[in-house]
Amino acid sequence: MNSVFFAQASRFIILVLFQVLIFNHINFLGYINPYIYILLIAFFPVRNNRIVIIFISFFLGLSIDLFLDTGGVHAAACVFIAYIRPILLKSSFGMIYEHQTIRFNTVDFGAKLTYISLLTIVHHFVLFSLEIFNFSKIILILQKALFSSIFSIILIILITVIFSRKTK
Amino acid sequence: MQQIINFLIRNKNFLLFLLLFSISIVFTIQSHSYHKSKFINSANFLTGGVYNSVNNISDYFNLRSQNNLLSEENRHLKSLLYNQATKDSVYIDSLSFNDKYRFTSANIIKNSYALPDNVLLLNKGKNDSVFEDFGVITSKGILGIVNKTSKNFATVISILNTTSNISAKLKKTNHYGSLKWNGKNPRITQLVDIPKIANFKTGDTIVTSGLSSIFPKGVPIGTVNDFKLDNTENYYEINVLLFNDMTNIEHVYIIKNINLPEIKNLLNGISNE
Repeated sequence: MNSVFFAQASRFIILVLFQVLIFNHINFLGYINPYIYILLIAFFPVRNNRIVIIFISFFLGLSIDLFLDTGGVHAAACVFIAYIRPILLKSSFGMIYEHQTIRFNTVDFGAKLTYISLLTIVHHFVLFSLEIFNFSKIILILQKALFSSIFSIILIILITVIFSRKTK
Repeated sequence: MQQIINFLIRNKNFLLFLLLFSISIVFTIQSHSYHKSKFINSANFLTGGVYNSVNNISDYFNLRSQNNLLSEENRHLKSLLYNQATKDSVYIDSLSFNDKYRFTSANIIKNSYALPDNVLLLNKGKNDSVFEDFGVITSKGILGIVNKTSKNFATVISILNTTSNISAKLKKTNHYGSLKWNGKNPRITQLVDIPKIANFKTGDTIVTSGLSSIFPKGVPIGTVNDFKLDNTENYYEINVLLFNDMTNIEHVYIIKNINLPEIKNLLNGISNE
């Protein structure tokens, strides 16, 4: 229990710092930034209580907001994906999730890609809708969400490939 | 009663989600209305400290270009000072404190220009007598208005913020309008409500009007890039090409208008009557 707690806590801090100090200053083509901190929510151990995940996501988003002066947009997007995470898990992993035996470094790559893509796209859509906060600019919202999602998905996949423990 | 508790326990995930989601939405709405972002801002010791210590390192990377900028500004000021025709006959009282504006220099420790609502962070705060509603400029032009201050840090609402609204005028013809930003290009802001009667052309200079009593009169902003009539066909909408490159700002000046409290009092008194 304790080692899990410390692992997640250090991940939390490292991801927040990396996000606000490095990944938010990329500004590819002027405005495209990846948001990689959702890694924490995506790969939070499945067996844990849902309430814990929702709470941690809220504080993760809120600390990003604190650094970026964006009000509560990251917190809202994080809480949203934390809440719908079980649905996404079920739809991308199917039977394995039903039996609660899922381990993220043993599932096959295709399912993992689907899961991360869905999670990222939903997160980015909520994020940019709240950030722009103007429904008449729906094209701009979709455009920003799409471009940033592509960037984020590539980076998240790279990070998981690099840092995953080999089980063979 | 039993049923209510059962309902709460059954739906505890959803209720928690709803609670936290609505808290975030409230924060978001506050951040979209001017001067309302109360709790969530980066002017606190934690985020300010992190940005400050990182900035201490990243400062060195563009030290040379920033030095050039500052020495260029010094050159300009020196040439103004020593070329004054009436230098000897002007009496300068160095003991009085009757200046209208007081300047504080500061460094930007967090720059931002890619979001629709950009907020910058400065390394001066209440301890340096920096408070809400002070203007911030650079050596080239206008930058923004101080929003929140903590002991050692201050957040600035940049002119690249969709809620920002600054009074500006055409330097040549003195027609007033307000400077806004549509959130698209960080080099170009919009000057709206310039009356149709104004006579100007591309390349004309735009400066602050001094009406808002935050900025002095005549702080440079930018030049007219292109313009068109707005929907009502009575006012021009001008795209302003900024003098500042908002992406690489480092040294800034905070302006305090000494008379601001008095002006505010007077205006409030009038509106209450």
